[in-house]
Amino acid sequence: MIRTPLRPLARILDARQKGENPDAIERENKRIRHEQMRDKARVRAEGRLLVLSFFFLCAFTVIGGRMGLLAMSEPSEPRGYAPGAVISASRADITDRNGNLLATNFQTHALYAQPRHMIDPEAAAKKLVKVFPDLKEERLIKDFTGKRKFLWIKKKISPEQMQAVHDIGDPGLLFAPRDMRLYPNGSLAAHVLGGASYGKEGVHAAEVIGVAGAEKYFDDYLRDPANGAKPLELSLDLTVQAAAERVLYGGMKLMNAKGATSILMDVHTGEVISVASLPDFDPNNRPRPLTEGDASDSPLFNRSVQGVYELGSTFKIFAAAQAIELGLFNADTVIDTSGPMKVGGFRIGEFRNKNYGKLSVADVIVHSSNRGTGRMALEIGVERQQEFLKSLGFFEPTPFEIVEASGGKPLLPSRWTDLSSVTISYGHGLSSTPMHLAAGYAAIANGGRVVKPTLLKQSAPQLGPRVMSEDTAAQARMMLRKVVTDGTASFAEVPGYMIAGKTGTADKPKPTGGYYDDKVINTFASIFPIDNPKYVLIVTLDEPVETSGPKPRRTAGWTAVPVAAEMVRRIAPLLGLRPAVEPVNEAVVTLTSSN
Amino acid sequence: MRTVMYILTTLAVVGLAFWAYRENYATQQALSDADKLHANIRDAHDRLAVLRAEWAFQNRPARLRDLADLNFDRLGLLPLHPGQFGQVDQVAYPPAPLLPITDPVDVSTMNYDALNGVAEEVAQ
Repeated sequence: MIRTPLRPLARILDARQKGENPDAIERENKRIRHEQMRDKARVRAEGRLLVLSFFFLCAFTVIGGRMGLLAMSEPSEPRGYAPGAVISASRADITDRNGNLLATNFQTHALYAQPRHMIDPEAAAKKLVKVFPDLKEERLIKDFTGKRKFLWIKKKISPEQMQAVHDIGDPGLLFAPRDMRLYPNGSLAAHVLGGASYGKEGVHAAEVIGVAGAEKYFDDYLRDPANGAKPLELSLDLTVQAAAERVLYGGMKLMNAKGATSILMDVHTGEVISVASLPDFDPNNRPRPLTEGDASDSPLFNRSVQGVYELGSTFKIFAAAQAIELGLFNADTVIDTSGPMKVGGFRIGEFRNKNYGKLSVADVIVHSSNRGTGRMALEIGVERQQEFLKSLGFFEPTPFEIVEASGGKPLLPSRWTDLSSVTISYGHGLSSTPMHLAAGYAAIANGGRVVKPTLLKQSAPQLGPRVMSEDTAAQARMMLRKVVTDGTASFAEVPGYMIAGKTGTADKPKPTGGYYDDKVINTFASIFPIDNPKYVLIVTLDEPVETSGPKPRRTAGWTAVPVAAEMVRRIAPLLGLRPAVEPVNEAVVTLTSSN
Repeated sequence: MRTVMYILTTLAVVGLAFWAYRENYATQQALSDADKLHANIRDAHDRLAVLRAEWAFQNRPARLRDLADLNFDRLGLLPLHPGQFGQVDQVAYPPAPLLPITDPVDVSTMNYDALNGVAEEVAQ
């Protein structure tokens, strides 16, 4: 670069001659030089800014483009590259306590149509009707030739039907993959499982949602992909459940009952091993709920947790147990049960107006004396009775893990008078579900601790709060055993399995008020084996009548008890309970000596 | 000296670019292989689920009960009864073990291979 001198000699001399200040020339030249420098710097800065802005533009374009792509693209399944990460897109299975499948998923397809892409709508409709006879041809033609761009034709189709539709060969008929909920055991444990249906439906997938029972209660767990393929393990035992339902069905038919329910519960863990309610339904094809009439007539009605009944004399043991616990009586204390007995202006009578006279507390339970338990209740008093029943869970819906259970709220008297206290002591005036009763009896069976019935497999016994001492519970069990050996439940004697229990016969209340004369709810609440209590079995029959005798019999001793006894006979071996009485060994040669 | 440096650097850049190019494609290939394997595992899971459902369906208590009734003449199966509990000394000595299975048939992939024939592709 040639530097222009600031003071060129020629111009300086020239200026001196003219008498001008030569410094002006220097300043002038300096200014020009500075202007040149400034222009150069500006050009360079502009260039840099341009390059920088170009890079910014590129970066923003890339980010914007990526955002646009993300916004426009279809969501895809997450890809688990990390080893060990199990993400399952499908709903988790439900199994019983031994891992037998109760509910699983099945890949199937839904059929939909895009009429715009159809080549020959009329022919396609005609052929579709041949594959699916329940479709209406006119309706299909109307849909295919009308303005609709999209319509679902069938929600679930079998592989054979899918092939038949493929063979029609119309490009406007398309398939959408579907996960279908399958209950391989049919109606087994239908009320517990409930059923499933579709939520949001798309062409690529549809969400399966639970609509009732455990499917709905555990919906969040079952749908959570993080649970992977881990099934929900219930406390039910498939084999026991099947046997119980079979026996209960036979019993219901033999006893001409309208409905029936049975609950088998482990008294230590609170696990419900089997719970049946009849009539039942197939959860694969769940019927619609009744829109009119009594909800309890629907097969969807779960009598075990929704059936709020007065459970009759089965309640008597609670009054006796509490009276013993409070030290007011013991099992041998004699109570005068002879009438008349009036409480709050209301006469307390006995079954068929019997008069038992003086009875010990144990005999009050054995003979099921209303006046006997009534007198105990009066001694206990209203508040202590309320407190006791509340601690056993009779004031709240059971915590059993199916959605219907929260609807089984017990009906309590609005004013708990002495009269209510007396009637409740023999099971009238307080309505609860058989599940409540099972939990109450479990407390007596396990030695006095409250257990909550649960549907989930447990690994350890529940150690709930204590409501009665071991000794009281043992005395109560002894009394219950006497009911079977000497009392109203003599049909419950099953050789090898010592059953203890209490019968309950309650007249059904009329919807208009008062009670029916010939409609009863019969309950047998039992504990077995009584020498080492493991299970509580509740059997309830709705409107049973036993007709083998000259007069129809409607007491629980004739209806619910034989059914429960047969159930124990069938179920106890399945539960691995060895009969206490050893089978008689036939004389066989087991050892011979050679000499 | 400087020229040699320039040439070496250029060569290094070209070499690294070539290496990166190779690695890129190898990674993509590995990813797509992994995807294929994942898809295969998913398919196998689906098939297993179907087989499990089928097993549960075939072994549902109602069907087994009906089969036991139908074949009562041959099998004489009855529901478990309390009288069937026995003593340990009533148990017979175990029979000789069966010969080991040397030629197992994988039922779960039987139809799959025949229909698709893609399993070999992935195996390669």
